[in-house]
Amino acid sequence: MEFFERFAVPHPSPAIYASMVAIGLVVIAIIAGLTYFKKWGYLWREWLTTVDHKRIGIMYLISALIMLFRGGVDAVMMRAQLSAPENTLLDAQHYNEIFTTHGVVMIIFMAMPFIFALMNIVVPLQIGARDVAFPRLNALSFWLFFMGAMLFNISFVVGGSPDAGWTSYFPLAGNDFSTSVGTNYYMLAIQISGIGSLMTGINMITTILRMRAPGMTLMKMPMFTWSTFIANVIIVFAFPVLTVALAMGTMDRLFGTQFFTMENGGMDMLWANLFWVWGHPEVYILILPAFGIYSEVISTFSRKNLYGYKSMVASMVVISLMSFLVWVHHFFTMGQGALTNSIFSITTMAIAVPTGVKIFNWLLTMYKGKITITTPMLYSLLFIPLFTLGGVTGVMLAMSAADYQYHNTMFLVAHFHNVIIPGVVFAMLAGLTYYWPKMFGFMLNEKIGKWTAWLLSIGFLLAFMPMYITGLDGQARRMYTYSEATGFGTLNMISFVGAIIMAVGFALIVYNVYYSTRYASRDISSDPWDARTLEWSTHNPVPEYNFAIVPEVKSSQALWDAKKEGHNLFKGKYEEIHMPNNSGAPFLMSVVFFIWGFAMIFSLWIPAIIATIGIFAFMAHRSFEQDHGHHISVKEIEETETKMRGAK
Amino acid sequence: MKELFPAKQVLGFAFSILLTVVALAVIFLDMSFQMGMLILLVTAFVQAGVQLIVFMHAGETEDRPAIYTNIYYGVIIAIVTVLGTLLTMVWDM
Ligand code: HEM
Ligand SMILES: [Cu+2]
Repeated sequence: MEFFERFAVPHPSPAIYASMVAIGLVVIAIIAGLTYFKKWGYLWREWLTTVDHKRIGIMYLISALIMLFRGGVDAVMMRAQLSAPENTLLDAQHYNEIFTTHGVVMIIFMAMPFIFALMNIVVPLQIGARDVAFPRLNALSFWLFFMGAMLFNISFVVGGSPDAGWTSYFPLAGNDFSTSVGTNYYMLAIQISGIGSLMTGINMITTILRMRAPGMTLMKMPMFTWSTFIANVIIVFAFPVLTVALAMGTMDRLFGTQFFTMENGGMDMLWANLFWVWGHPEVYILILPAFGIYSEVISTFSRKNLYGYKSMVASMVVISLMSFLVWVHHFFTMGQGALTNSIFSITTMAIAVPTGVKIFNWLLTMYKGKITITTPMLYSLLFIPLFTLGGVTGVMLAMSAADYQYHNTMFLVAHFHNVIIPGVVFAMLAGLTYYWPKMFGFMLNEKIGKWTAWLLSIGFLLAFMPMYITGLDGQARRMYTYSEATGFGTLNMISFVGAIIMAVGFALIVYNVYYSTRYASRDISSDPWDARTLEWSTHNPVPEYNFAIVPEVKSSQALWDAKKEGHNLFKGKYEEIHMPNNSGAPFLMSVVFFIWGFAMIFSLWIPAIIATIGIFAFMAHRSFEQDHGHHISVKEIEETETKMRGAK
Repeated sequence: MKELFPAKQVLGFAFSILLTVVALAVIFLDMSFQMGMLILLVTAFVQAGVQLIVFMHAGETEDRPAIYTNIYYGVIIAIVTVLGTLLTMVWDM
C-alpha cells in the first residue's frame, strides 16, 4: 500500500475525482470504439507509423486543439474564481496548480504544436518538396511532443499538478517548497517534448536549405517559409538552454544537486536567468511563423505582391539575433544594477523597431489592394490594431524603472495575452481556415468563421483590457483572490464575461468543423482562394508524393506568376518517385520515453534504468537498420493523377 | 600516393591528442584555479574547432557558407549569453 500512496493526489477535490472518472470513461470509450469499428489496424498503419509530413501536421493540429481546450478550461476556471472578491470557487493551492498548468499547456503544448502543424503541412508544399529532409525524425519529434504532453496532463490525477508557475522559479520550485511530484512532471514532460522541438528545428532548417524546388533561391522563398526558417534557427539555439536548465532542475529535485538552491554555493536566480535565455527567444519562435501566416494571407487577399519582401526578411534576421539580447527584461526587479537594466531596456525597445517595420509592410501591402474579406483576412485585419496595442504596452514594460510598477501585476498578464492572442492564436486560426481545404479537401464555413473571429476579438478586449487597469492599480498576478475594498470586483467580472465570450468563440470553431464536414461542398478546385504560392498548385487533397513533377520556380509567388503569364510550372514527364517507408519505431520509442519520464518523476529507479536502456536500444537499432524506402512507379503516378484530375 | 594519405586527418588527430594531454595536465601540475580554468577553456574550444573542421568536414562541401554562418551565429550568441549572464548575476549585482 505504501508504494501506491505516492500516486495519490496530495490536494484532492471533488472536481479532480470527477476528472479521474471522466478520463477513465473516455479511455474505455476510445478503446471500445476502436475495437468495435475494427480501426486498430487503420490507426496503426495510417497514423501511428506514418512519416508523411501532411499527416504528422494533422496530428499536431488535433493535439494542439485538444490542448487549447484543456488550457481554455483552466482559464475559465481562473477567471470564474476572480470574478468576485473573496470568491471560494477555488482555494489557493488549486489556483496555483491551475495557472501553472494553464501557462505550460498553452505555450508548450498548444502554441508550439500549432506552429509545428502549419510548418509541417505547408513548408514542404510551399518549397516544392516531397517531404521534409528527415521524415522518420519528424515522426519522432511529433511523438516525443505528444508523449510529453500526455505525461504533463496526467499530473493532476496521478501525484498532483505542478504549482510553481509556468516559469517554475527556484527556490519555490525546489524540494523545500514544492514537496509534491508536480514540479518533477514539469521538468520531465517539458524535457521530453523539448527534445522533439529541437529535432524539428534541425529538420526544418535542413529541409529549407536543401530541398527547395529548382529555381527557388533563398530570396524567392515565400514569406511563411522564411519565417519558419528563422523561427527554427532560433529553436536550434534557444532550446538547448532549456534542455540544460531542465536537466539541472531535475537533478536538484531528484538527486540532491545544488545548482539552484540557496545554500552550498547554489544560485537560485540562475534558473530565472537560464529560463529566460530560452524564454524570450521562445516568444519569437511563436510569433515569427504567425507573422509568416499573416504575410501569406494579407498578400493573397489584397491580390498584391507582399510589400517590402527584402525588409521583411531583413527584419526577421535582425529579430532572430536580437531576440537573444533582451532576456533580462523579464526580471528587472531581481536586484541587478541600473547599468544592466538600462542595457536590456534599450535592447528591448530596439527589438520593437523591426517588429514595427513588419506592421508597416502589411499596411502597405493592403494599400491600394483589392481586398476581399474572408475569414483568414478578417483575422489579419483584427490582428494589426490589437497586436499593436500589445507592442506598445511591451515598450512600456521595457522601461526598467517603470517596470518596478508593472512587474508581476495584471498589467503584465494583459500585455502578453495581448501579443499572444491576436498575434499567435489569431494567426493559427487564420492559418487553420486558410489551409483547411489543403488538408481536408473542403472549406470551413465562412459565416461561422467570421462570427468566431468577431467573438474572439470582442471577448479578448473585454477579458484583457480591464487587466491593464487593475494591474496599474496594483492587482497582483497569480493571487487567488482579493478583498472587496480593492474595488477590483467590477472589472474582474467584466473579464470573466469576456472569457466566457471567448469560450463561446472557441466552441464555434468546433461547431464549424462539424458543420462544414457535413455540409460543405467537396467540389472545390485545388486553388480555392486564388492564391499565389506553390502549395496551391498541387491537387486537393494532396497526393502522398505532393508533386507528380517537381515544379520550376522563377519568383516568390510562383503560382500567381504562372497563372498570370500562363506558363507551365511542371515541365518534363513523370518519373519514378522515391518515398520513405512508414515505421513504428518513433511511436514505440516515444512510449518508452513516456515510461522513462513517469518512472523518473516518481523516483522508480529500476523501471527508469530499464527504460533508459530501451531508449538506447532504439537508437542502436536505427543505426544498423537498412531502410531504403519505396518507389512509386510511373504507372501508379499516372493513375493517381488522372483520378485526381477527374475528381475536380 | 599523396592523395591517398590523409595527412590533414593524421595531423589533426595528433593535435587533438596533444590538446587532450595539455588539458589533462591541469590535474597533474600544480597551478592556480584561474590558470587551470583558462587552460581548460582554451583547449576545449580549440578542440571543438579541430573536430568540426578536420573530422566533421565543415567547409568541404558546397554547404560551406551555411555551415560557417551557423557556427559564427552560434558563437556570437554563446558569447553574448555568457557575458550578459555574468553581467547580470555577478558583475553588476
Ligand atoms: C514590441 C515587442 C515587445 C516588447 C517590447 C515586450 C516587452 C516585454 C517585457 C519588458 C516583459 C516583462 C515584463 C515584466 O515581467 O514585468 C514582457 C513579458 C512577456 N512578453 Fe513581451 N514584449 C514584446 C512582444 C512580445 C511578443 C511578440 C510576445 C509573444 C508572442 C510576448 C510575450 C511575452 C510573455 C509571455 C511575457 C511574460 C512572461 C511571464 O512572465 O510569464 N511579448 N514583454
Ligand atoms: Cu521577453
